[in-house]
Amino acid sequence: MGRTLAEKVWDDHVVRRVEGEPDLLYIDLHLLHEVTSPQAFDGLRKSGRAVRRTDLTIATEDHNTPTLDIDKPIADPVSRTQLETLRKNCADFGVRLHPLGDVEQGVVHVVGPQLGLTQPGMTVVCGDSHTSTHGAFGALAFGIGTSQVEHVLATQTLPLAPFRTMAITVNGELPADVTAKDLILAVIAKIGTGGGQGYVLEYRGEAIEKLSMEARMTICNMSIEAGARAGMIAPDETTFAYVKGRPHAPEGADWDAAVEYWRTLRTDEDAVFDREVVIEAAELAPFVTWGTNPGQGAPLSASVPDPASFTDESEKLAAEKALEYMGLSAGQPLRDIAVDTVFVGSCTNGRIEDLRSAAAVIEGRKVADGVRMLIVPGSVRVALQAVEEGLDKVFTAAGAEWRHAGCSMCLGMNPDQLAPGERSASTSNRNFEGRQGKGGRTHLVSPPVAAATAVLGHLASPADLSDNAVPAGV
Amino acid sequence: MEAFTTHTGRAVPLRRSNVDTDQIIPAHWLKKVTRDGFEDGLFEAWRKDDAFVLNQPEREGATVLVAGPDFGTGSSREHAVWALQNYGFKAVISSRFADIFRGNSLKNGLLTVVLPQETVDVLWKLTESDPAVEVTVDLVARKVVAPGVDADFELDENARWRLLEGLDDISITLKSEADIATHEGRRPAFKPRTQAA
Ligand code: SF4
Repeated sequence: MGRTLAEKVWDDHVVRRVEGEPDLLYIDLHLLHEVTSPQAFDGLRKSGRAVRRTDLTIATEDHNTPTLDIDKPIADPVSRTQLETLRKNCADFGVRLHPLGDVEQGVVHVVGPQLGLTQPGMTVVCGDSHTSTHGAFGALAFGIGTSQVEHVLATQTLPLAPFRTMAITVNGELPADVTAKDLILAVIAKIGTGGGQGYVLEYRGEAIEKLSMEARMTICNMSIEAGARAGMIAPDETTFAYVKGRPHAPEGADWDAAVEYWRTLRTDEDAVFDREVVIEAAELAPFVTWGTNPGQGAPLSASVPDPASFTDESEKLAAEKALEYMGLSAGQPLRDIAVDTVFVGSCTNGRIEDLRSAAAVIEGRKVADGVRMLIVPGSVRVALQAVEEGLDKVFTAAGAEWRHAGCSMCLGMNPDQLAPGERSASTSNRNFEGRQGKGGRTHLVSPPVAAATAVLGHLASPADLSDNAVPAGV
Repeated sequence: MEAFTTHTGRAVPLRRSNVDTDQIIPAHWLKKVTRDGFEDGLFEAWRKDDAFVLNQPEREGATVLVAGPDFGTGSSREHAVWALQNYGFKAVISSRFADIFRGNSLKNGLLTVVLPQETVDVLWKLTESDPAVEVTVDLVARKVVAPGVDADFELDENARWRLLEGLDDISITLKSEADIATHEGRRPAFKPRTQAA
């Protein structure tokens, strides 16, 4: 019987297989950041172990890094300690680190792909749930806990229980105003935040094949929000073109050998998925969340749902709680929801294409009075590229704040936070209670919706701007 | 991980049930970046009370904690196990442990022993009437022995083997070193490296 993409990658990495035990899997790339690695290094130290493959390991600083005054000492002692600990650990164990201030620094899931370290057919792990991002290249990529981080550092392997496979087929073509973010929010709303549990999702179909690598990363990034172990997309010409020429991409004969192998990484015609979900692209529209988990979303044109409309008792309860926390009432049109803050960034939507699409909407317009808009590039490289294209000027001319790269308000571990009761439209991936700051309220949106929302001061899509459009260049 | 075969030491009677991991180690200790130094956080709130059993001079140096039922409930933090070990405990006896805590403890080499509540009661009385009395936790014979106590306990064979051999997950994987090296020899040259090896 044929095999799925995920099964092929898995099989190619089995180091040891014994009946009744989990497979021991080889790990091709181990990404580290400051939050989940300290106890792992400490464990190595206590047991006198080394990092087995420093040449397959790389670290960056992202969660705690400030986005302003990066040349000044970090004020919060906990953040500072975590960063200093990572620096010491990397120095002691010989791990390559891109610290704050380095040109390759940025959110770990933006850094790996842009260096060309993420390639098709690899196994990629990181002590971070959004490692699923790297699946966009046809890699098997998943988040791990701190004990597992130590295990990979010491052995470059992980014992792993088998997974199930789910195909998410998106037929047809996405409408012009629909982005990858809208698509994945709609998928999560459809299958639920637990719908992917135990599965590796494979996104396929015409709509997926037409997506850029940035868009594919946005989709795979949020697989974890459906509870999935990982998300994957089969590599194709788009993937190869993205990887080619990057600092760690294979060259010459290696490149040819790699591409030949990568072309085999497709689900066989006769392979069987454990579950299949089909979505018609044409039915999709800009999508936003109204609740406190990423599955509580609806098309922007809809209204806040009535909790009573949920048949499932726990969903009904969750919706009631969410509306209370979000300060919303049933039946309120989503477009009427006013925001204080707009955040464009994160490993979901902090890449160059995301900044371009937000800039295209806001160019020649102004951020509404009383709204603050933060633009936080996913990495220093993204920031440099944006500056080269003049996007930073477009944003600042509109009244937005152009910040330094990092996770920033995606989780508010640094000073970029919502105040209690404040409401944001955010291009990040989690709208959990307090995620962006204690008492803060988050609506997950795409970059174009974020930009339109910033201009109008309430949730909106670029289409809503047509009346008050200011000609570009004025 | 240190091997555990048999251990003899004085006991601490903790006459409380449902001791959750937040009581074992409060959340603010989770910001630490090491695996040691958690001993001062162990039962932090209770230790502010001079009458708390751990504060009694005769309990100093005790290594076996005898606790009430449902020990280790609540958050999954592994720090709870580290705190008990950092303080010096080698074994915890209770009639019932929370699952995740038990898993974490066995992974880290802290032996958690399940005994009937009647036996726990006997151990409590014993150590309360004579704090100097020693309790032996024998993993080879799967027995807890103290004056007047000779109690068998169960532990699944795999967990027992790992403790007896002092094997953590990493040590077990490293037994497959040859397989790992073979796989590394087969890896295609085009796979990326972050730096020269
Ligand atoms: S940007 Fe957000 S989701 Fe991504 S790694 Fe940083 S904190 Fe996690």
